Amino acid sequence: MESKIEVVELNAGFGSTHVLKNITLSIPRNKVTAIIGPSGCGKSTFVRCLNRIHELVPGAWVRGRVMLDGKNIYDSDADPVEIRRRVGMVFQKPNPFPAMSIFDNVAYGPRIHRMKNIQEVVEDSLRKAALWDEVRHRLKDSPVSLSGGQQQRLCIARALAVKPEVILFDEPCSALDPVSTAKIEELILELKESYTIVIVTHNMQQAARVADYTAFFLMGELIEFGETAQIFENPRDKRTEDYITGRFG
Amino acid sequence: MLGRKLADRLFTGFCIASAALALIPLCSMLYTIIAKGVSVISVDFLTQLPAPAGEGGGFGNAIQGSFIVVGIASAIGIPLGVAAGMYLAEFPNTKLSRAVSFTADVLTGVPSIITGIFAYALIVVNFGGFSALAGGVALATMMIPFIVRTTEEAMKLVPWELREASLALGAPRWRTTLQVVLSTARFGIITGTLLTVARIAGETAPLLFTAFSNRFWFEGLMQPVATLPVMIYTYAISPFDEWHAQAWGGALVLVLMILTLNILVRLAAGRRW
Repeated sequence: MESKIEVVELNAGFGSTHVLKNITLSIPRNKVTAIIGPSGCGKSTFVRCLNRIHELVPGAWVRGRVMLDGKNIYDSDADPVEIRRRVGMVFQKPNPFPAMSIFDNVAYGPRIHRMKNIQEVVEDSLRKAALWDEVRHRLKDSPVSLSGGQQQRLCIARALAVKPEVILFDEPCSALDPVSTAKIEELILELKESYTIVIVTHNMQQAARVADYTAFFLMGELIEFGETAQIFENPRDKRTEDYITGRFG
Repeated sequence: MLGRKLADRLFTGFCIASAALALIPLCSMLYTIIAKGVSVISVDFLTQLPAPAGEGGGFGNAIQGSFIVVGIASAIGIPLGVAAGMYLAEFPNTKLSRAVSFTADVLTGVPSIITGIFAYALIVVNFGGFSALAGGVALATMMIPFIVRTTEEAMKLVPWELREASLALGAPRWRTTLQVVLSTARFGIITGTLLTVARIAGETAPLLFTAFSNRFWFEGLMQPVATLPVMIYTYAISPFDEWHAQAWGGALVLVLMILTLNILVRLAAGRRW
């Protein structure tokens, strides 16, 4: 297993609240890694540390190392803007830019990074996000007219358009119906061919369906990490077993 | 049972009566202005220079001057106000933003005559006399706090998630603010700005000793200029019946201008997605 991201003794929090405690974890390249755990266990904070979005919240702090291809993204000479381009993110609630057209939503990132052939990049990203056929005739429309599931796929297209290497999904389906959820999951499985994927989820079935590896977090600590089948069928830690069998959480 | 229904009816009736009562002054004012002003309005009145009492003449220069002074005020006040409002919305917890916020609150409550004195001391005294520019600065000073607040409120309504979405794509903060937050908030900002322009277009006191007045067409930024509110004031306190009638005409023109702006605001607000 070749790792794309090595997290080493990561601690993070807000003000005096210590959310993540000494997390050390390798995220394998071109695989789907699921982060599971009960609410408030630090799952979201963890992925938000992987693209330096966490530090944007007033009072937030981070200590430790996150090695992306062997280079610490928290080094003083690391550029957070460049890191966020390489490590894309899809959020819990679909958040397309309401004042821009569908096309401009996807073109926003490429334009900022002065990429060439914007037209092609947009089409290509929408195709990869399995949305092209549904929106090709309404690229000038507002994204507000799309359904929730379509909006989320638009957000995925928007993230793909800046050509990231890693995509973080922070509970991407928690606001969606089962049909839209199935589409997003299918998409994630396709995307792992070319991207390294980390998905935070509340839904253990979802983790079992899409993830190659699963990490179980509890109260800010990493309890167990391993291949998804092993975590679900043969957990080593009692707390993992309790959570998976629904005894708490 | 009966008592509860009765109380409900009484209260509804009271609310309707109060609303009607509040409308009476507005309707009566509009009616008087239209009744007394409409006969004065003519092409000549809208396009001619004022003339001595008894010789007709019009408010053409005052209409032109009002547009110019309000234009100057907007050119200064809108960019400054929007920029300051953006700063307050995006960096709410700095020392500077707290100071700006407090100042805007204080400025909102400053009587307009005081604003006039400020522009008088700043421009009229230092730049050789009454001028269109001084009038514009006085009105801009009145506009800024309202535009700051309206921009700040509109931008604060933009969900934080949109800023995160933009930053997570590797967009720098300034592009996020300009392209995502500002464009999402633009209808609110435009609405508030137009309402503010409409509000200051009728101000008289700040213009009395800044733009002053003039019997001729606009002569340059550094010359005094006629404006509708000051002209109405001058004509209304004059001893001539003809001038009184013309003051009503001027009032009708001013009200129609402000009404048009308000209707534009309604249309802009109606287009909100």
